[in-house]
Amino acid sequence: MRHEVRFSGYGGQGIILSAVILGRAAALYDGKYAVQTQVYGPEARGGASMGQVVIDDAPILYPEVADPDIYVIMSQQGFEKYGTRAREDAVMLIDADLVRSRPACRAYEIPATAEAKTALGREIVANIVMIGALVAATEIVSREAIERAVLDSVPKGTENLNIKALKRGFELGERACKP
Amino acid sequence: MQGNTACAEGALAAGCRFFGGYPITPSTEIAETMARRLPKAGGVFISMEDELASIAAVIGAAWTGARAMTATSGPGFSLMMENIGYAAMTETPCVVVNVQRGGPSTGQPTRAAQGDMFQCRFGSHGDYSTIALTPNSVQEMFDLTVKAFDLADRFRVPTFLMADEIVGHMRERVTIPDSVEATSPRPLAEGSLPFEANENGIPGFAPFGSGRAVHVTGLTHDERGYPDTTDPEAHDRLVRRLVTKIESARRAIADYEVMNPDAETVFVTYGAPSRTVEQVIHDRPGDSIGHLRLRVVWPFPEFALKEFPNAKVFLMPELNLGQMVREVQRHVDQPVVAIPKIGGELHTPAELVSALEEHR
Repeated sequence: MRHEVRFSGYGGQGIILSAVILGRAAALYDGKYAVQTQVYGPEARGGASMGQVVIDDAPILYPEVADPDIYVIMSQQGFEKYGTRAREDAVMLIDADLVRSRPACRAYEIPATAEAKTALGREIVANIVMIGALVAATEIVSREAIERAVLDSVPKGTENLNIKALKRGFELGERACKP
Repeated sequence: MQGNTACAEGALAAGCRFFGGYPITPSTEIAETMARRLPKAGGVFISMEDELASIAAVIGAAWTGARAMTATSGPGFSLMMENIGYAAMTETPCVVVNVQRGGPSTGQPTRAAQGDMFQCRFGSHGDYSTIALTPNSVQEMFDLTVKAFDLADRFRVPTFLMADEIVGHMRERVTIPDSVEATSPRPLAEGSLPFEANENGIPGFAPFGSGRAVHVTGLTHDERGYPDTTDPEAHDRLVRRLVTKIESARRAIADYEVMNPDAETVFVTYGAPSRTVEQVIHDRPGDSIGHLRLRVVWPFPEFALKEFPNAKVFLMPELNLGQMVREVQRHVDQPVVAIPKIGGELHTPAELVSALEEHR
């Protein structure tokens, strides 16, 4: 089944990297197919950033994301630019402290940035917390696959911090899903 | 892996050991990867002062016997045109990658286009023929880069990888073989003149340092390589050979895919828009929709159009206002409809379905 995942936030949060990590987990470690694309423009740190991934069990023909069924939104501007047209049956993970708006579709509030800052001591791993929450809430890729993809993608010496962030994300995702 | 990275990996696997370039969006990752990888592979990366110098350096490197390439986008491709003609005239095997963006001029640096398809065929002055390949996936950014080097060597001609921002920047899984088979230009036989062609119109190659003294000039030259600029026959013989060596090998160079050859409505595509057509065909399993997908667009394989004997109409989605559609039109009697799109975005499946319904 084809899934379309869109990540949005501001430049510097690791939005594109999040999309790359998810695609890598699916394509290299879960035996699925994935295509990752992004809005590639002159946006700099602070501007709205967007990365997206198509994941499917079968080879992916049309490579672009047309109508995502999963969103990960990490800034208000990102929501306004890329999240307002979410379809009703979509799922949206929102960094609760950074996004004021709420969509019409199902939304999970994940305090990823707050958690990264306080519990983990490094705001920079907020995107990894969010990825953990995404995987726990949607099971779009396996936890083993995402763990390996994170380890592939982070700088040497930060592996423990990032895996801690990912696992904290799993917990937040599980908690958000509970009725 | 990203498409542009896969292109660089393909070049390295094919034995490319020289890259001279000037970075330009959306091709920059190719230069970045080559800058990082080439020195470790025993090769040379030179960041040149502009694109004129880049292609000149590539031609020079090729004449030392190295597999050489450069990568650019529209504005740089325009600047390279003079020396691309020189490469064609001097029969220099080299690879030029154009990751196409919106033009004319500096246009849309970060957006996709296929607007340079005629420029890669006719962009330099005078009569000549070249080879152009069009990848539609990250895997083909690897595979067709390898192939481009082989064709450049076999036919002693500048060969173009005409990618676009979509395939250049997207990431997909790539399978990289442990090694790829690489040809090399046929060496110049002892006793042969440096520009004396074989029965296929291709001379043997004696790069600098191989022991043969070869005079290389963009002027019309004889088989010895010496200028002969006033004899009509010498010019006719040389330039006609430059064109014929490619055009007479169209079948050998051709590379295309045929889907549903019995169909009456046939899409003809190359590069990224082929992905949308494949999606449309997949989504309409009962519907007979033909698809000719070209991986080599120049020399144009007009015989491939005959693979659809029942065709009543050909539809051509391109990321330009209608370029290769002209080439199809002049080879078939059926109507050929352009489905042009510019602005940087790929045709959506819905757009092609409505074109299909309108024209079938």
